[in-house]
Amino acid sequence: MKRRLLLFLPLIAFLGLAAFFYYRLGMDPSYRDSALIERDFPAFSASTLEDPNRTVDESLLKGEVTLVNVWGEWCPACKQEMPQLLDLAERGIRMVGVDYRDTREKGRQFLAEYGNPFELNIFDPDGDLGFDLGVYGAPETFLVDADGVIRYHHTGYIAPEDVREVIVPEVKKWR
Amino acid sequence: MALIRWLLFALLLTLPAAAVAVGIEVRDFDDPVMQERYRDLTGSMRCPLCENQAIGDSDAPISGDMRDRVYALLQDGKSDTEIVNHMVDRFGEYILYNPRLENRTYLLWGIPVALLLAGALLVALIVRTRRNASAASLSADEQARLDELTKRKRSS
Amino acid sequence: MLTKMIPEIGHFALIIALLMAIIQAVVPLAGAATRRPLWMAFDRPMAAGQFVFLAIAYACLTASYMADDFSVATVANNSNSLLPWYYKLSAVWGNHEGSVLLWSLMLSAWGLLASLWSRRLPRDMVARVTGILGLIGAGFLLFVLVTSNPFARLLPNMPEDGTDLNPLLQDFGLVVHPPMLYMGYVGFSVVFAFAIAALLGGRLDAAWTRWARPWTNAAWAFLTVGIALGSWWAYYELGWGGWWFWDPVENASLLPWLAGTALIHSLAVTEKRGSFKSWTVLLAIATFSLSLMGTFLVRSGVLTSVHAFANDPSRGLFILVLLAITVTLSLLVFALRAPRVSHKVGFTWLSRDSLLLVNNILLVIMTVTILLGTLYPLILDALGLGKISVGPPYFNSLFVPLTAIMSLFMGLGPVARWKQMPGRELLSRVWLSGVAALVLGATIPLFYGPEWNAKVMLGMMLALWIVLPMVRDIVARVRASSSVGRGFKKISLAHWGMVLGHLGIAVTMVGVAVVSNDNIERNVRMAPGDSVEMAGYTFTLQNLRERRGPNYLADTATLRVERENGTHFMMRPEKRLYLATGMPMTQVALRAGFTRDLYVALGEDLGDGSWAVRLQYKPLVRWLWLGGLLMAAGGVIAVIDKRYRRVPARDRHAERAGAAPATASREATA
Repeated sequence: MKRRLLLFLPLIAFLGLAAFFYYRLGMDPSYRDSALIERDFPAFSASTLEDPNRTVDESLLKGEVTLVNVWGEWCPACKQEMPQLLDLAERGIRMVGVDYRDTREKGRQFLAEYGNPFELNIFDPDGDLGFDLGVYGAPETFLVDADGVIRYHHTGYIAPEDVREVIVPEVKKWR
Repeated sequence: MALIRWLLFALLLTLPAAAVAVGIEVRDFDDPVMQERYRDLTGSMRCPLCENQAIGDSDAPISGDMRDRVYALLQDGKSDTEIVNHMVDRFGEYILYNPRLENRTYLLWGIPVALLLAGALLVALIVRTRRNASAASLSADEQARLDELTKRKRSS
Repeated sequence: MLTKMIPEIGHFALIIALLMAIIQAVVPLAGAATRRPLWMAFDRPMAAGQFVFLAIAYACLTASYMADDFSVATVANNSNSLLPWYYKLSAVWGNHEGSVLLWSLMLSAWGLLASLWSRRLPRDMVARVTGILGLIGAGFLLFVLVTSNPFARLLPNMPEDGTDLNPLLQDFGLVVHPPMLYMGYVGFSVVFAFAIAALLGGRLDAAWTRWARPWTNAAWAFLTVGIALGSWWAYYELGWGGWWFWDPVENASLLPWLAGTALIHSLAVTEKRGSFKSWTVLLAIATFSLSLMGTFLVRSGVLTSVHAFANDPSRGLFILVLLAITVTLSLLVFALRAPRVSHKVGFTWLSRDSLLLVNNILLVIMTVTILLGTLYPLILDALGLGKISVGPPYFNSLFVPLTAIMSLFMGLGPVARWKQMPGRELLSRVWLSGVAALVLGATIPLFYGPEWNAKVMLGMMLALWIVLPMVRDIVARVRASSSVGRGFKKISLAHWGMVLGHLGIAVTMVGVAVVSNDNIERNVRMAPGDSVEMAGYTFTLQNLRERRGPNYLADTATLRVERENGTHFMMRPEKRLYLATGMPMTQVALRAGFTRDLYVALGEDLGDGSWAVRLQYKPLVRWLWLGGLLMAAGGVIAVIDKRYRRVPARDRHAERAGAAPATASREATA
């Protein structure tokens, strides 16, 4: 009898594996959270897209809950995302852009064409700030609370339903 | 296959222009040891964008940035641990191809070692019982063959 | 009119093939269970019919590619009117739908061959084997028709031209790699069917193992070639000079290979000694199950990105259900029908039996380790413990010592005798080889490679330790007979197969050790006229030209490479831009050789007229794949051993009597 039970072991092991596979089936294996969650927004010093002579640093993000959106003119998804960002700005959320790996000229042209929801844009032509933020594509969006701590991170395109279902509740949570 | 998947992935996610081209940087190293360290570091960190490639093997722009940073930190005289921590701070534990030994990875390293010990034990147990069996009796097949041989002899 | 209907004809042929597969599954199995010869007789005709109609379907799909019928979705997505005809042929299986169709075609081919080349088997056994293969075939055809129909049309909005085949796949390696791999995966279905048929028929004796061995060897040989080709393709096509990445897709092919290797050895024990019967059956089930699981992992989006091979979750679910049904049913049959009482066949510490036991346990540990490393990040993620990666450093640090331990036993196995062997005799057979392996292994790296390296030395020693005892054994056998020719003839083909297989492992090990440790790589900036010296070769960049290929534009660099003795040759690395997709690709220049490869990749234009160039010197890299080919050749030679086709009189007698046939040809190896 004991031996008979032993023969069932492979079956049990397989059923466990199959159940695990079933559970994983709907999950997106590429989804990852940012390593910067719950940490201070990295220190930086950069000029703004609007004014090459104006230098800003991380103190810019203190005092109010802010959405920091990393974008670039070369990024088609950023164009599709623009209406949602404008919507968020209209809802009274403070927006700051990071113009990532771009030229001033192209970045300004982009904002002129697709709208500008940002209070100002940090100009990051070499991707240094992006690197410190752990950005590896665009668009990416970070929610920074009034103390300058990163509270939420959104990888990729913000869909219209994400605005209502994810972003706005997160902003409310940290206000 | 890794690159194929990366290409497919890259088509769906947006990247700076001219993304898919072999990124070969010409770098000068003061000594061969540092060059070796550079190769080991870039070979053991995973590109955060690609599906499954080391930053040293990947042509994604972020991998190029990360290689540049590794090189710069090496030139600054940083240790391997400091460089790895610098990267993990930004991109997370995910980028380490060699996961750190900690609570959640004990089993990853422990199971193979345990299996090896269990395997050795199993061999010892099986051979012990079989050694006794060899003295005791013939196998079923041997028995069948013996029967047949004796039968054949008897009938002929 | 008829030519416009080709996709519909193919689709219709697929449906007929499915119906035939169902009949092939149900009727013979029912016939075997109820002992009705007429029902059992459905097996061969249905297997033939399923194969013929699948071949028609496959031919129709190929015709659609050749005719640039972009109203067919798979053609529109994977081909282009500019694509050369030979890549149109291979584009058929360069995508999910086509590759599953090829899978099914191969499965039906294996099934047909298994039912035809088994005339000497008991009738009910053939019916069961064919029926089980029909069941698997029906499952896959259902999968094709329900979720992955390659004949789906894009009407009325058909595109003007196709989106082209991924440039990475426009290559000879990709023409041959997937079919070989699939032949291996699918081929293991035959031994699986034999194992289940043996369980169902209650003939769980040593006989089925003898029938199953050639099929296992053949499938294993295909899989070996498939894996070697994949590694070779990655080496020259990806442009990094790497040849194994421990990528989940690669691991998925290695799992059935390792289990299959264990199976080959376990089959030998069961056939020769009648022991480990349940274990062998379990391995046969496991090997094919791992093939199926590999397919699931690669195509379901569980492991890879959702954007990978299949992005349709219903496909993943379908394969999972298919996998779950197949494996659950077979393991259930195993648990219920495996012999309750095992007769203990005796052997001692020093015997081939115990060495093969060690081999099996080590191979299983390797298999589990790779499975663990591949799935561990997913498990942690599912438990909410964060994202980690498990990559080459982990696998290498476990696989290298495991292979080393295995090699120690591999030196002894082929020269040890079954059942028992006095320690003195074994020692007398191997001591000289051991000493020679140590001495030669330590000295060869002194004369070879840029500098002496402990890892290279270890690899050499272990490889020599695998080969030398076998060589000594053959020499001793030849000497023992009256003439050299007769001595060679006396050694069975199956034995030569084993020797070649082990030699292949040794050759691959030497290749791995040397190329991993003595590889030289330099990234340099070169303008026309510049020279770089590396590993005794002088590379001079002569010029850069633009050229137009059939469906791409290329920058071509011409390098003149001069050897130390003054002779020279040319190398032309390229950077291509594929027109249809706008995708840039690096085409490396390779100078292949038995002792080394030179590997040149062209990087970026650095602006001032100079380009970044990567030069690599890869010693013994060819040995990796040469070893794979030797292993496969070993498998093939073992298949053609007549011993497997001859049925000993004893067995025939036993079959009539319905008793367990005795083990054959023990005298051949004793």
